[in-house]
Amino acid sequence: MPATKTAYAPPAWLQALPFAGVFALFFVVPLLFVVMVSFWDYNDYSIIPSFTTRSYVETFEGCYDQLPELCTILKTYLSTVKFCLIVWAITLVIGFTIAYFLAFHVQSVTMQMTLALVCTIPFWTSNVIRMISWVPLLGRNGLVNSALMNAGLINQPIEWLLFSQFSVVLAFVHLFTFFMVIPIFNSMARIDKRLLEAAYDAGASGWQTLWNVVIPLAKPGIVIGSIFVVTIVMGDFITVGVMGGQQIASAGKIIETRLNALQFPPAAANAVILLAITLLIITALNRFVDIRKEL
Amino acid sequence: MGRTTKDTKGVSRRTLLKGAGAAAGVAAGSGAITGFPAVWSQEPKVLRYLGTAVNQADDITKKVKADTGITIEYISATTDDVTKRVITQPNSFDVLDTEYFSLKKLVPSGNILGMDARKIKEFDNITPVFTKGQLPNGKVIGDQGTAPKKVMFVEGANSTKFASGVTQWVTLIPTVYNADTLGIRPDLIKRPIESWKELLNPEFKGKASILNIPSIGIMDAAMVVEAAGLYKYPDKGNMTRAEIDLTMKVLTEAKKSGQFRAFWKDFNESVNLMASGETVIQSMWSPAVTAVRTKGIACTFQPLKEGYRSWASGFCLSKSVTGRKAELAYEFVNWFLSGWAGAYLNRQGYYSAVLSTAKANMEPYEWAYWMEGKAAEKDIKAPDGSLLEKAGSSRDGGSYDDRMGNVACWNAVMDENDYMVRKWNEFIAA
Repeated sequence: MPATKTAYAPPAWLQALPFAGVFALFFVVPLLFVVMVSFWDYNDYSIIPSFTTRSYVETFEGCYDQLPELCTILKTYLSTVKFCLIVWAITLVIGFTIAYFLAFHVQSVTMQMTLALVCTIPFWTSNVIRMISWVPLLGRNGLVNSALMNAGLINQPIEWLLFSQFSVVLAFVHLFTFFMVIPIFNSMARIDKRLLEAAYDAGASGWQTLWNVVIPLAKPGIVIGSIFVVTIVMGDFITVGVMGGQQIASAGKIIETRLNALQFPPAAANAVILLAITLLIITALNRFVDIRKEL
Repeated sequence: MGRTTKDTKGVSRRTLLKGAGAAAGVAAGSGAITGFPAVWSQEPKVLRYLGTAVNQADDITKKVKADTGITIEYISATTDDVTKRVITQPNSFDVLDTEYFSLKKLVPSGNILGMDARKIKEFDNITPVFTKGQLPNGKVIGDQGTAPKKVMFVEGANSTKFASGVTQWVTLIPTVYNADTLGIRPDLIKRPIESWKELLNPEFKGKASILNIPSIGIMDAAMVVEAAGLYKYPDKGNMTRAEIDLTMKVLTEAKKSGQFRAFWKDFNESVNLMASGETVIQSMWSPAVTAVRTKGIACTFQPLKEGYRSWASGFCLSKSVTGRKAELAYEFVNWFLSGWAGAYLNRQGYYSAVLSTAKANMEPYEWAYWMEGKAAEKDIKAPDGSLLEKAGSSRDGGSYDDRMGNVACWNAVMDENDYMVRKWNEFIAA
């Protein structure tokens, strides 16, 4: 084996050091600061470096007394997680379908790449512009409502098209399906086509092939795409704000309101809580697939 | 105004030539400068100007540059972000354009410098709305909330406590202010609106809106609560916890029953909501109403019998501003109060802090329309030259005295601000 004869290479820990350094400096240290500040006291214009659990206590204030009614923080997380699940399910189905089409129905690699690039076109403009462009479409006097009215299908404009949970989910799906498509496509592209032929030869139906061959082999892509979508939706406050008419709470929104009021410690406390919950969801996802093994 | 070339007699010819141009410029705006202009002349005259978009306009920077040679570098942010920046990065700006209610956070932080009233040429001509809380004609106006007179003076340049009376040291030199009320779409409402309580009238279910800026939104809600006869606040701008609970309860019930179409946070959002017909009644700012109207859509800044919620903003200095920068800043502030800018703001529906100089820079028919509430003798144009109102129309809310005389409260930061913000999050989550 030639491996024993290779030139001297620095030990693995040394090779990992540069990235570990970057990771520590730009991720671990700031995160530790956030955790630290979340235990500090504050007043109207400054944060006071003395240990207190005030930010956490006030965040969960009334959660016990109000039972069985949910307190603000629980309601907010319930709504955030709900959006997360809905958006995840929809983007998964759409993203999987698109990726499947790209990987198995488009024959030439050039065409696959071209179509994948076409998917990126919406990303050439900013998120906010893509969101705002829904407003003239879905509004009370928007295109959809006027078309339906003119067609005689409705007498009154449909109010829930805009500034509603519907519009929030719609915008999320519009914005983030792509994050599902690419990782899943990437996984599927690596599936050996002969496996599909073997399944066909063995008499499997289309669904059986999909369920027993394609999905298990595309799992890493599914999980990576899911992580993208879940983390983005959990932390989002802009889409929820713009498309929900600022009337729908999200975990990110609470942090933003606190920051705007110069209340950094409670904002940090909420960030820690959000991080913990997102990590829980990601861990659960990892239960299904051992990503490290699959990659 | 004396040119300062006489001060440079002793220096070499080269320095004199370099200095003369800039010195003339420096001296033009500020009578305060008697010192050493030649030394300063090498550096360009630049001021970093942090503020909201309200006072920021290309027209103003161009005019400042032409009149004084000062280059204004705008750093534009929302009201909240401006405050955040002052607290966390006080060295990142020279001049700050902010609102009086923010001072309750800014002054105790020690990041801003008191300004010397003696260096402000028009200081004594600033409208008494700021210094005494009354109109030029002597009528006392509402001072609930953070009225400017409560936070305008400090004991010394570096003081972090507000002075109880008038002193030489000013926190914020006022530039612009207004009396806010509700904006309505008269073409869609089709009946007179007279009271704040209409904001929560179920008749406008799904078509109303307020600001999602907690400290201002709750004031509008308080106006509604009082108008509906539910409660009379001792001070709407400084509520107790029980009062905050009560106010938020009224808002939350309205929200749960679907009263609001959306909340807005910036100028453009409020314009879009109104112009697209998503809302027909909402909290609004005067220039936003003007903006809707320039789109050819009927929109009224509706005077209401309970009065207005007022706000005011002005200039103050970063604590890092010293020496030449400070002189530049004073020169700029003096220029701002000298009339051109005041007239410019008046023509957008705001009010300028020094009325006399603004008046001198406006046509008599403009002054009559904007300030005296009279019917326009000629067509009224916006600063960009577009037609705002045809001859014969008159301004919503009437004259300056009618409007500013009916101020009920001022934008405020409450003592219980922290609690209020928590309750506001609850309201959004409800």
